[in-house]
Amino acid sequence: MNSPLVTALMAALPQFVTGTWLTVQLVALSLLVGLVLATLVAVMRLSHLAPLSWVARGYIYVFRSTPLLVQIFLIYYGLGQFDAVRQSVLWPLLREPYWCAIIAFVLNTGAYTAEIMRGGIEAVPHGQVEAARACGMGGGLLFRRIILPQAFRLALPAYGNEIILMLQGSALASTITLMELTGVAKAVAARTFQPIEVFCLAGAVYLGMSFLITRGVQLAERRLTPVKR
Amino acid sequence: MIDLLGFGGRGWGLQLLQGMGMTLLVAVSAYLWGLALGGAAAALKLSGHRGGRVAADVYTTIVRGVPSLLVIYLLFFGGNSAATWVVSLLGFNGPVELSALPVGILAVGTVSGAYSAEVLRGGALAVPHGQVEAAKALGMNRWLTFRHVMLPQTLRYALPGLGNVWQLTLKDTSLVSVVALVELMRVAYLAQGATRQPFLFFTTAGLLYLALAGLSGRLFARAEGWAGRGVRRAAR
Repeated sequence: MNSPLVTALMAALPQFVTGTWLTVQLVALSLLVGLVLATLVAVMRLSHLAPLSWVARGYIYVFRSTPLLVQIFLIYYGLGQFDAVRQSVLWPLLREPYWCAIIAFVLNTGAYTAEIMRGGIEAVPHGQVEAARACGMGGGLLFRRIILPQAFRLALPAYGNEIILMLQGSALASTITLMELTGVAKAVAARTFQPIEVFCLAGAVYLGMSFLITRGVQLAERRLTPVKR
Repeated sequence: MIDLLGFGGRGWGLQLLQGMGMTLLVAVSAYLWGLALGGAAAALKLSGHRGGRVAADVYTTIVRGVPSLLVIYLLFFGGNSAATWVVSLLGFNGPVELSALPVGILAVGTVSGAYSAEVLRGGALAVPHGQVEAAKALGMNRWLTFRHVMLPQTLRYALPGLGNVWQLTLKDTSLVSVVALVELMRVAYLAQGATRQPFLFFTTAGLLYLALAGLSGRLFARAEGWAGRGVRRAAR
């Protein structure tokens, strides 16, 4: 097994490890911030104040109907076009491909997750709300203690799919020079002239991560559902 | 600004429209190829044949677990190196480069097919089994049962999901721009490079994708209405 290919892949192993770590960072950070954003947007979307609901609808529609690549390029290349942006305090952030990717991913996953959260919130039985009202709960407390926890649990299977889609979307960060897993694979493939083997290796890492995510979501679902525990 | 998007000397309007046409061409061809592939995979998954089922499961699991961009890179760069190797066997030397259009369609369609397979499988499972038995009792053979009983109802049940797959496929075509196929995204990239107006051109590209997604969404909604005519709904 001492072929030149194995030697080349072994030499590239540290790069693959750092690339995988960057992918994990991008995905984890984006999902975390995206979930907060999505919850806010879902609440806005269901709000009785029409303008709030329209803003949320518009945001969800635009970000779900355009390719993620457009969103990334718009933020990374597009925003730098304006002098106002360049002179603002945010420029040190918006100059970095890392933060541009995170911003694009957060906005993207926020839109998809908001719809998932809306489904979860709408699926909470109305009797629960009535019971909580009868106990004297209202407003924020009712939302925090009764609706949100159940909405999260009901939304979990669909959210698991969104996590995997975010993992796959993170590959696009390589188009703005970030050396995450796909970026590393492309560079190594160009250097070793062995694209098939290198891309298959990267694919195997992605598959492994998808598998772990699926398992993790199943586990979380079982823990959060008292009946199944 | 207007003249940059217009059809005059400095305008990129014509190129943008051509790019949009290319995007549509790739999306429609990839979608159809995906439907064929997905239909075959769904049939294999539902068949009693064990090897076929495993093969279809491997296909859908792998392709749905890996980024589309990686599939495109694999088929494009891997395809080039495989083609170079095949050509070298025939006694020719030098690198071979496959044309980006067919490879792009193949790549996006392969991803699309993995999602179509699951949607079509779900649709076929939703057809009540009693109908197949009834068809058998009427003396229909397997082909007739498939054509008159299974296929129309499977498509009806699968149509909402197939609409989602179409939107996914349409957006995935933007990834083919990274291997230099001149579709909408690539035109926008070239235009912003030449004019130093990235915000303008990427916003335009985004709006054009939005228009394509909105119009095709309408078409799918109409198709759903057409396929569901004569069906009584539980709600609404």
